[in-house]
This record gives sequence, C-alpha cells and structure tokens, in this order.
Amino acid sequence: MKAITTITSTAVPLDEENVDMDQIIPARFLKATSRDGFGKNLFRDWRYENDNESLPRKDFVLNDPKFHGRILVAAKNFGCGSSREHAAWALKDYGFDVVISSFFADIFKNNALNNFLLPVTVSESFLSEIFKAIELAPSTTLTVDLASQTITLNKIKQPAATEIFDINHYKKTCLLNGYDDIDYLLSMKDEIAAFENKSNMHARTI
Amino acid sequence: MPKSLFEKIWDTHIVKTITDGPAIFYIDKHFIHEVTSPQAFKGLEQRGLGVFRPKQVVATADHNVPTLNQHLPIKEELSRVQVDTLQRNCAKFGIELYGLGHPYQGIVHVIGPELGITQPGMTIVCGDSHTSTHGAFGTIAFGIGTSEVEMVLATQCLMQNKPKLMRINVEGTLNKGVVSKDIILYIISKISASGATGFAVEYAGSAIRALSMEARMTICNMSIEMGARCGIIAPDEITFQYIQGKKFAPQGADWDSALTHWKTLFTDADATFDQELDIDASAIEPMITYGTNPGMGIGISGHVPGLQQIEEKEKPSFEKSLHYMGLEPGSEIKGKKVDYVFIGSCTNSRIEDLRLVASFVKGKQKAAEVQVWIVPGSKQVEQQAKAEGIDRIFADAGFLLRQPGCSACLGMNEDKIPAGKYCISTSNRNFEGRQGPSARTFLASPLTAAAAAITGRVSDVRELM
Ligand code: SF4
Repeated sequence: MKAITTITSTAVPLDEENVDMDQIIPARFLKATSRDGFGKNLFRDWRYENDNESLPRKDFVLNDPKFHGRILVAAKNFGCGSSREHAAWALKDYGFDVVISSFFADIFKNNALNNFLLPVTVSESFLSEIFKAIELAPSTTLTVDLASQTITLNKIKQPAATEIFDINHYKKTCLLNGYDDIDYLLSMKDEIAAFENKSNMHARTI
Repeated sequence: MPKSLFEKIWDTHIVKTITDGPAIFYIDKHFIHEVTSPQAFKGLEQRGLGVFRPKQVVATADHNVPTLNQHLPIKEELSRVQVDTLQRNCAKFGIELYGLGHPYQGIVHVIGPELGITQPGMTIVCGDSHTSTHGAFGTIAFGIGTSEVEMVLATQCLMQNKPKLMRINVEGTLNKGVVSKDIILYIISKISASGATGFAVEYAGSAIRALSMEARMTICNMSIEMGARCGIIAPDEITFQYIQGKKFAPQGADWDSALTHWKTLFTDADATFDQELDIDASAIEPMITYGTNPGMGIGISGHVPGLQQIEEKEKPSFEKSLHYMGLEPGSEIKGKKVDYVFIGSCTNSRIEDLRLVASFVKGKQKAAEVQVWIVPGSKQVEQQAKAEGIDRIFADAGFLLRQPGCSACLGMNEDKIPAGKYCISTSNRNFEGRQGPSARTFLASPLTAAAAAITGRVSDVRELM
C-alpha cells in the first residue's frame, strides 16, 4: 500500500459521539464481494432522506459545501459496534486519509490502520479546539505528520497549535514504509510452524 | 507469578513478541461467514497464497440468508452471489462449510459452542464483533476485520497488543424475572458503551458461576457493546458437562488430557487487574434500552433520564437519540406500544431462550397488532424446538417461527423492521437503522420480549408471572 508521511488538508467536522459502524456503512450495503465503491454509501442514512440520493439532507456535514478535505474530525468513541472493515473502506474510498477523535473503538482502529487510514487520537481539549477552529473558518487546515507523530492545527491569523499523538512503533514503521501486517506474518511462517510443533491444541505450552 | 485466566491463555499463544510492538498471536480456531470473508479470499488469491491451516477454519452462512423457504434459491441476487462465493471459496481452499441446508448451519456464534468446536483455553477469531460470545468457555475470542481474516487464513496468526484487564464481579442471586441478558444490559448501562474499550473483561462472582453455559454466552456476547476486546469466564463443571459428548468434543484419552488442562484455567487468587467492578445481582431488575446505543438502558420500572440528569456536553446526542426513538426525556417506558417482537440473534436464540419464552407464553395469545418473529440460532436449535413441541406452543400463541440466521438483528436480509415502528428485540444493538432504516429498537431479555408479545406493550414480566 501507499506509505503515509505528511498530510495537510482542510477537514470535515462530524461533531457526534459514539458514531457506530452501522451509521458509517449500514449493513444492507455489505453484500459486495469486493473492496471497492463503498464511498458512495458512506453515512448513507445520515446523508440522504429516505435512502434517496436525489434528496441529500442539508443538515448533514458531508452535504455542506463549506466543508471538505482528506481529514474527518469526529467526537468521542468513533467506530464502535460491528467489526465490518467496510467502514474503513468506505471512509478511504470517499477520500479520507485521516480520522481524528478523542477515542476510537478497538476494532475500528485496527481496521483503519490495516487500510492506511490513519486514526489520530487527540485530547478532549484539543479536539474541541479543532472543532471550534473549523466551524469558525472552514478553510482552516490541519497537518498530520506521522514521522514526528504530531498534529498541527494551522489556525487562521492565530498561532498554530500542536499536539503529539500516540502510535505504536511497529505500526508506525509499517505505515511509513507501506508494509502491512500480512507481509510481516508471511515472513514468519517457519517460526509459526515451529511454534505449532512445540505445542498442542489443548495446551499451547511452549 | 500469579496470573489471570486471560494471561494464562494469552501467554501460551505468543509465537514471538516484537520489541516495542505487538505480539504474533496464534489462533486455534477461525470461524468465517459470507459477509466479511470474500475480500479476504480475494486478497489471498491476489497474493497467490493458499489457506495455511484449513482444518482450523469453519464456515457457515448466516448474516445474509433468508429465514423463510431456505430450501429455495436465494431470491436477492447480491445475497445469493455472496453465499455462492463462500461455497466456492470453501471448496477451493478445503474449508468445512455448514452452509444453507446443512444440519449444522446457523449463526456462527451459536454453532461453534453447540458443536463442541469451542473449547476452553483456545484462541478464537471471526470477522464478526460478537465473537466475544465464545469467551464463556474460557477462551480468548474476539472479532476481527477482513484484512485480519486474510492474515489468519494466510498464517493462522495476528499481530496483537495485549489488552488491559478488567474483572467484573457479580455477586448474589438474581430476582424473579431477571435473566443473564438483564445482567449484561445492567453492566453496560453502568459503564457506558465505551467504558471497557481496550480491556479484556473477565466476569466472575457467584451470580456468574450459577449461570448455565447458554446464559454465560449471552453475557460474553455483549462485551463488545461496552467496547471490550473480549469477555471471558473461567470454565468449571458446568462448562465441562456442556461440552462432553458434543460432536467435536475430545473423546476418550483426549478428553481426559483436555480436562486436566482445562482445570488449570482460572484466575489465580493473587492475580491483579487494571480495573475491577462489583455488581450486586439482587439490585438488577428486568432491563430495557430507550436510546440508540446499548449503554442507554434502564430498569423496566424506571424512567428515561430527564434532561437535568444529562451532562451539558452530552445533551445534543441524548436529544437526538430520543428524537430518533420518539421518546420524551423523563418519560416512563413501561406501557409503550410495540409493533414487532424479535426473539433471535447470537445473544438470545439458543434452545434455553426458546424454552424460556415457550414456558412463559404457553396457553397465552399474542396481542392482535403485534408481529412476533422467533428466529432460532441454528438448525439444531430449530430441530430441538420442534422435538420438544415448542414450535406448537409458538404457533398457538400466534408467533412465527422462522429459519436460522441473523435476520432482524442487523436487517441485512429482508427481515427488516419498517421505518418508525417499534421493535422489542433480544439482539444486542439498538443503533439507528440497525434493524432497518429508521426502525426503533428496544433491547431486552427474551422474557421481557415475550411479555411485550402478549400485551402489545413494554411490560414488566414480573407482573405477569
Ligand atoms: S446475530 Fe447479529 S450480532 Fe450475531 S452474528 Fe449475526 S448479525 Fe452479528
């Protein structure tokens, strides 16, 4: 996959807590057998009236022409519920490369990382600062730099604000180099087989 | 060093730990289904890989199958293609498939345990978040995404970081009309829909030990609804008895050696947890949710919280949620009219659930305007219900017994609740649109759902027993 380095972009503010997978991509769109094309159904039931693409809901942020960009900013506990990776595919396919929140659900975070969609966890206070800045001036940009693990809010006519974010060292290396877990695991197959030989199904004692 | 149950299993499944990184974590059993596997198989093919350990993979079709006329070809094209794709992939890669028409077919988290595939001490994954169900047997079991499904197919391993550990002690005895579903809805209402994120949760205490295996599965099933990576319960005599004699349970000398190992699977007395929570079982009443996440639950005699009880910051989402549900802050939930009753899903579709409902409704009639769908968790549950005459009790009450599948739990097939209608559901999620666009869900126990089927309203089952 394509490595992630630095991303600077305007952002789309979705000030909702507990955004669950069923909202990101409703189950009825999970019938596909490929990974493509989920973006058009991203947030489907929040985006359209009565499931009708010609009736976009004006009050939903993706339909607001003021906001666009490669970064989605969401409130606490983003991606809770189901394990469907289709949510990560939909966000990526729609054009997002980064999701910012103060708290991500576990499985979503893994799925996002496996698709080179970078989940950036920031403090509650920094998150509300971001929301405020974007609401005030939608052209405000954010810069996410993976190597230095920093996220910067490039405020207009005000000093920029920066926060450091956490990511484990292994994952960071993968993302910076465009590797995924499967490449690494495949390189370990002999060790995995040796492990199997040393142990049995009922007592995997080494 | 004293260890917790989780750590004992964790430690014996680590192939290797990367310095300052995750561990290579070995998976004993991998369940797959039609919805989250096709892209994983496609990935394998693109990389020119095979399935590393096909004997450790078991497949079924459940999420997207019709629950009526399963003997006919699936009408909806996309669903049919998905089910056919699973069949093709299983044939190609040598994976055992319990597909439509097979006597073992059913919801993946129902069939694993009932076939004896799920056994203490194992590590189990599936591309489905409710894989936590299997933790009831003393396993580390969790849901994964499709890329991870591909990794496990290719290498039988995952890259995992060790979660933090939480123990929830439920002590005391349950009141009349209160069942395991109420325990877990109560816990989630206390710690919120994100309260256990990043944790593996062990359920312990006298109230948990007193539960049957099926009741324990209901508890572990909903661990994910508070954000937990997984739920786990120490295996005991109840567990061993449940497994013994099941189709794929160890036999003879294998059984003896398995049992010796299983008996070591408990949390040592001095083991420590990052967080502990004590719950008094006698304080729990039948529970019901009023909102659009599983943390929004109250006792059946309670009221929806008033606006003054909600933190300022949370108000917009609270109000949005109540608006979606068509409920007023501070209102009573008992007495609300119900249009649909759904008894099913991997949370509550096992034979004990059906028996419980049947024992309550026997000789009673459903309310005229209510539609009642009973969807058994598996073919075996369906057969057993018929053998015990439970199907006739349901038919006499006016309930519709459908065929096994996920059904209205996620509204992926045609079993959807119409927009604006109220459904009392034994499933695990009340998210907006989960049971169909604009459908409104009250989560409850099978008993509370059965009570609503009879009265046509949200009712306190204790008053009807
Ligand atoms: S019954 Fe519902 S929760 Fe369980 S596996 Fe099926 S869709 Fe998932």
